[in-house]
Amino acid sequence: MNDLQQQYRLEEVRKVFGRHQIALDGIDLGIQKGERVALIGPSGAGKTTLFRLLNCTLRPTSGKIWINGEDVETLHGKQLRQARRKIGTVYQQHNLIPRLKVIHNVLAGQLGRWSTLRSLASLAKPHDEALVHKALDQVGIPERLFDRTDELSGGQQQRVAIARVMVQDPDVVLADEPVSSVDPALASTIVRLLIDISRDTGKTLVVSLHSVDLALAYFPRVIGIRNGTTAFDLSPENISDAMLEELYAGSGRENSDTEAMSEPANSIAYPSIS
Amino acid sequence: MATNLLILGAIVAFFVWSYRGAEISLSQLFSRDSFEQIGIYMQKLFPPDFSAAVIREALKGTVETFAISFMGTLMAVMIALSIVFFAAKNLIFSGLLYEMEPKQGWKRASRMVPYVAAKSVLNVLRTIPEMVWALIFVFLVGLGPFPGVLALGVHTGGVLGKLFGEVLEDVDTQPIESLQATGANRLQILLYGILPQVLPQFISYTLYRWEVNIRVAAVLGFVGAGGLGQRIHIAISLFFEQQLLTLILAIYILVTIVDYVSAYLRRKVL
Amino acid sequence: MNLPTPSRIRQSPKSLFPYLFAGLFLLAFFDSWQRAGIDPKIFFEARGQRALGKFLTGMFPPDLSPAFLSLMFRPALETIQISILGTIIAVMIGFPLGLLGTNTMAVAGILNEAELQGAPLRRGLRYAVYFIARGLLSLFRSIPEFVWAFMFVRAVGLGPFPGVLAIGLAYGGMLGKVYSEIFEGVNYRPLEALQSLGANKLQIFFYGWFPQALPNFVSYTLYRWECAVRASAILGLVGAGGLGQQIEISMRMFNFNEVLTILIILFLMVAAVDYLSAKIRAML
Repeated sequence: MNDLQQQYRLEEVRKVFGRHQIALDGIDLGIQKGERVALIGPSGAGKTTLFRLLNCTLRPTSGKIWINGEDVETLHGKQLRQARRKIGTVYQQHNLIPRLKVIHNVLAGQLGRWSTLRSLASLAKPHDEALVHKALDQVGIPERLFDRTDELSGGQQQRVAIARVMVQDPDVVLADEPVSSVDPALASTIVRLLIDISRDTGKTLVVSLHSVDLALAYFPRVIGIRNGTTAFDLSPENISDAMLEELYAGSGRENSDTEAMSEPANSIAYPSIS
Repeated sequence: MATNLLILGAIVAFFVWSYRGAEISLSQLFSRDSFEQIGIYMQKLFPPDFSAAVIREALKGTVETFAISFMGTLMAVMIALSIVFFAAKNLIFSGLLYEMEPKQGWKRASRMVPYVAAKSVLNVLRTIPEMVWALIFVFLVGLGPFPGVLALGVHTGGVLGKLFGEVLEDVDTQPIESLQATGANRLQILLYGILPQVLPQFISYTLYRWEVNIRVAAVLGFVGAGGLGQRIHIAISLFFEQQLLTLILAIYILVTIVDYVSAYLRRKVL
Repeated sequence: MNLPTPSRIRQSPKSLFPYLFAGLFLLAFFDSWQRAGIDPKIFFEARGQRALGKFLTGMFPPDLSPAFLSLMFRPALETIQISILGTIIAVMIGFPLGLLGTNTMAVAGILNEAELQGAPLRRGLRYAVYFIARGLLSLFRSIPEFVWAFMFVRAVGLGPFPGVLAIGLAYGGMLGKVYSEIFEGVNYRPLEALQSLGANKLQIFFYGWFPQALPNFVSYTLYRWECAVRASAILGLVGAGGLGQQIEISMRMFNFNEVLTILIILFLMVAAVDYLSAKIRAML
């Protein structure tokens, strides 16, 4: 049943690509508003696909997803966009537009609110400089407002991506491996930043991480995903080493830096029409 | 940066001004009248004339156009290959093959002469449009498809020469270096080190130009160089609009086929 | 001494293709040679030699008299004007059609996944639009601009207008096809990000797609403009304005020195356009 307090409710969600590629095989999940959850699991387990379902980039092949009490299947066109606006995503590859200036990339967070005309005008003359300044200040790089985005380092670009989410001001923040291409020292800073944002504003936070240590250290709830299903869904103190071993068994070890680039979702990301 | 914009602005202003005095008055150009006239003309084209005589002419024209483009492109390749090896810097006077040679002196100068000559020839060949070449060759050898072949061959030879030259200059130097180290002479290095690298790209460019040439061959006939162009000229001049549509259809089919074949072959090569 | 017998080495399956290709090629070669009336002998016969001689001596020196040069000024200017207007129209035609004819914009890819899943009617409609756009572009660029020009001359009369239209249509088709390829070649991850934060298609296009495609877009358009200058000059041969008309006149009157002058002018124009486009490209 749809508990209106729930941010997400997933029931028996399956996602199949093409005819045979089963990315998710029956996920049941409930996430409360304001919760902070970490997802861990080996590459190819289905974490990225799960995120794409959570942020309405993809639709499930079968099963149901409720976002804030609304059945995703009923969302189309403008409603779909409005639902998306309320979900902010931080990606591993930051996914910013390299040639645009930082300020435009951050302001892009407002696109869900702006009319098309206003967005075009903003490209000529940025609309809300103060807002961007504040966001960049919070992530620690206020001086980079007018630089071209590809002139920043990887870590700085990731922070711009977070600033974009802050400007977007969603109800949920999803982060798909946000720190995997960032050096370890910076990684915990960024994770802490995300958690602070969630704590200060009450936003729901779902983060997938390669580093099990970070997950166990910072999140009150950790979900293990393996082979497209939930292996466990517990608080850190209840997760044993044996469970972790089983989760990553047969994969290239935990904390491997080889990304979920190998995860089928990414390569099948742009499936041809069958 | 500011001076650049200023120059650009001045040029733009000049052109906007130039339109006022010219015969091209924008409002007149795009008036409803003009589009009505076009509409009326377009209507006259339908339905296409599929009578036996016309179809026969269309087919004849089609194969003739194909022949012109085919031979023209082949001729172009021969011309390009015979010139391009002199028009590539790294083969003639600079780069790895000439590292051990003295940098100054008349020896190097004497090698630059063929380079400059080759580049100039290629330049002339490709700057003169095919149509103008066709006019020239019609004057020299008379009407028919042959001047068309010559025009295509000569012009495309210049184009391919430039493209081939760029490929040659961008060649990977490692195989050259290793061959040179074994004591091979320049000709051997050319055959074993350079040619295998550049051949696929040469073929690809040739096929691409063939796609362009089939369209050119189709129209060279306007100035008397045979093929569909000649027949189109007649059809338009005598106001046989329906015949014209048939011929246009022929061009469309021919061009589409050649495009496909060329794309297929290019995939196989690269 | 017993040498081991070599085991049977598996041969890679012989492909028929090279033989087929060679056969077809030779067939085409001999047929085309005949059909095209190739006759190199002509140049060695008296008639051909005479014509060649007349031509070469007639060309030099080029006619650089002020009278002729000032006569050429208008047509030269007109040629450039035709090329600019024509290219602008080509972009106006090629850009929207190219956009609609982009696979990943219309039907495929991550941007359309959620929208079109389980909506076969909408998907079919999108496909239809996609194919129509591609079909139009193909039609426009398969008919040589010369033919377009000639038709338009018949329709609206002599002058630069048919030239502008001809270039607009024919080059529009070419631009559109290449634009599609440029658009399809962008990095899709930033686009996915923009979609996920609630942007609509147009916003995704202007914030994500276009900035990435811009350099290639401008580069190819400028290249086409260069081609347009040459094409505009030639279209004059059918009365569509510009230098072409003058070339025809001079050739007919065997004033080869005038022809040479016009060619030199054309060469200079193309060089100037070349230079300009390089400057514009550097500004990006």
